[in-house]
Amino acid sequence: MPNSPSQTTSARVGLFVTCLADMFRPSVAFATVKLLEQAGCNVEVPEQQTCCGQPAFNSGDNDTSRDIARQTIDAFDGYEYVVGPSGSCIGMLHYYPELFEESDPYHVRALELKSRSFEITSFLFDVIGMEALQEQLNKLQFNQKVTYHDSCSGLRQLGVKQQPRELLSQVQGVELEEMEEAETCCGFGGTFCVKYPEISNRMVSNKTENISNSGATTLLGGDLGCLLNMAGKLKREGKTIEARHVVEILADMTDIPAIGEADYDLAKAL
Amino acid sequence: MQINTPFFKQRASEALHDENLQKALGNLKAGFPEKRAIAVSRMPEFEDLRDQARDLKNHIIEHLDLYLEQFESKVTENGGHVHWARTSDDANKIILDICKQVNAKTVTKGKSMVSEETGLNDYLEKNGIQPVETDLGEYILQLREDHPSHIIAPAIHLNLEDVSEAFHKNHNRPKSDDPAVLMQEAREVLREKFVAADVGITGANFCVAETGSTIIITNEGNGDLTQTLPKTHIVITSIEKVVPTLEDMTLFQRLLARSATGQEFTVYNTLSSGPRREGDQDGPENFHVVLVDNGRSEMVGSEFQDMLRCIRCSACMNHCPVYGAVGGHSYGWVYPGPMGSVLTPKMIGIEKGGMLPNASTFCGKCESVCPVRIPLPKLMRHWRQDEFSKHLQPKAARYGLAGWAFLAKRPALYKTYTRMANWFMKHWAGKKGRIEKMPLAGGWTDWRDMPAPQGKTFMQAWKEQQKNGGSH
Repeated sequence: MPNSPSQTTSARVGLFVTCLADMFRPSVAFATVKLLEQAGCNVEVPEQQTCCGQPAFNSGDNDTSRDIARQTIDAFDGYEYVVGPSGSCIGMLHYYPELFEESDPYHVRALELKSRSFEITSFLFDVIGMEALQEQLNKLQFNQKVTYHDSCSGLRQLGVKQQPRELLSQVQGVELEEMEEAETCCGFGGTFCVKYPEISNRMVSNKTENISNSGATTLLGGDLGCLLNMAGKLKREGKTIEARHVVEILADMTDIPAIGEADYDLAKAL
Repeated sequence: MQINTPFFKQRASEALHDENLQKALGNLKAGFPEKRAIAVSRMPEFEDLRDQARDLKNHIIEHLDLYLEQFESKVTENGGHVHWARTSDDANKIILDICKQVNAKTVTKGKSMVSEETGLNDYLEKNGIQPVETDLGEYILQLREDHPSHIIAPAIHLNLEDVSEAFHKNHNRPKSDDPAVLMQEAREVLREKFVAADVGITGANFCVAETGSTIIITNEGNGDLTQTLPKTHIVITSIEKVVPTLEDMTLFQRLLARSATGQEFTVYNTLSSGPRREGDQDGPENFHVVLVDNGRSEMVGSEFQDMLRCIRCSACMNHCPVYGAVGGHSYGWVYPGPMGSVLTPKMIGIEKGGMLPNASTFCGKCESVCPVRIPLPKLMRHWRQDEFSKHLQPKAARYGLAGWAFLAKRPALYKTYTRMANWFMKHWAGKKGRIEKMPLAGGWTDWRDMPAPQGKTFMQAWKEQQKNGGSH
């Protein structure tokens, strides 16, 4: 049951940065902070977080996954909500209960973390609610034809589909052109893309073809893994379509060059 | 059947460069998934039926012994025989023995993946009995000495030209590329085989415990001729196919047709309940059911138990982007696609089958369309755990993972490392904002650019910003 805005105002939110935003695109994490603060949340960034542990989990290394799960559960102890700009990483947090025996105190804590952790567009739309966001979103302008890639974990594990589209529909000038097979995997798949590069390449090539055919000038998505993969392929193919995380539009941070575009120095921008 | 699974990567690479195959796979992508989506949209209770089917299958697996014994006693009561085959070899021997008892020279065969699993055709041929596949796809494959690449559309990897060529070579008739002519040709050739056969071998989609019946669900009718005309009918099937009642079976029929081909009902649904009775117009004089285990009973109670729910509809492979890119033969053994990536390592061993559960992005599409809700990605992940604990993964991957894990468990060190990596990549990229080639990153940069980092990690930039008064 979504909470009403009054309940979430000044909620203490722990930002789950995600390793890819931390490493490749801090502006995505800054955009997430901005959106949360606009929604009235008090945002903190726990120091003890690193990665959600998915590389270990998907490689069958459950001992390491458990160690990282404990570290993350401890780091985000006491926050009302945990929010991150990735369906895949938040989805991993939702797998944590599977890693612990029911008798382990971390099992209950993992369940509890799961109940309060959200992907950013889902948090904004499902928890905060459109009413509290509409005014701010209506002020924004982004005159582009955009197409939206539904990342697998967000879509199928967390049910993220309409949320980013609803939020985008409030931004002036945005024209959404759905591509064919928007719900088909882009071929990133974590280590899959380097373990089976040829298959991954075929999958991302199908994706960029669908993106091009949509007529969109900007590709949007909610997961940096997929976006780095698709942007990297679009660049290699010499296409001019820009790729961005959806929060960059929603937080009005489109002056920052798109993913894989010419030099941008965060150090100077800050 | 020869096991080529360890060569998955090479075979996949060849498949990606095979233009004919890619054309054929393109047709598949446009076919089954769209038809399934339409069929599902016309049935509001579809999701509820999936739940029911999952629960019923779980119940059956929990009571497998009970239902199998009931099935056996009913078949016996009806005048048939049930044979228990622990292994593929056992199954093949039992079938050969029955064929010998009736002095069989030729046998006709309906489509059966379990018989592919046991390698029945090769075995019978080596022992002087000629099996003739009568499913059109399987028949084409047999002429070409080929194997199925899909569990319900076995010749999906072939194009019209391949079929035309195979018929011309084997039938001694003028070459045609008209599908209707080719179909008629197959019909005429196979008619003679149906009539001449001493034994008919079919699979079974389900075995009904309350009546001792087996059912074949097909679209061609070849199975009916295979099992009705010869004096002896042998059903080869596996133990998890048993269902308690006829009514239970109808639940799976409804799901199977829609999930597989997008039909509301498959064309032929034919039950066999023992040999011909007095007064029956037709039917075999002898009726045998060979129940194959081949590792399945070991799956009961294991982390792979959910896989026993599978009703072989093929929805998982029809929707799988990896299967759609490389086709079924890349998987190197009988069962391809996501269901094969779980079953194959069980049947040929994880040492040989380990490539398959790794060849998945865990996109979850397979699970989302599975009519009995098998958590296929989770089961593939179980195999990866098994591999990890046995140190079967390549050294580079294991050391890479261990190095990463060492850092990820030490937040302070992790921050230092990511700062350095970020700085390095930023400078390697230069002004372009992306990296076209980088040491140790060939898996990525051979195929696509790597977008460059923004110059600082978030943790670094955030800390600095907080120190400077926290404005952003």
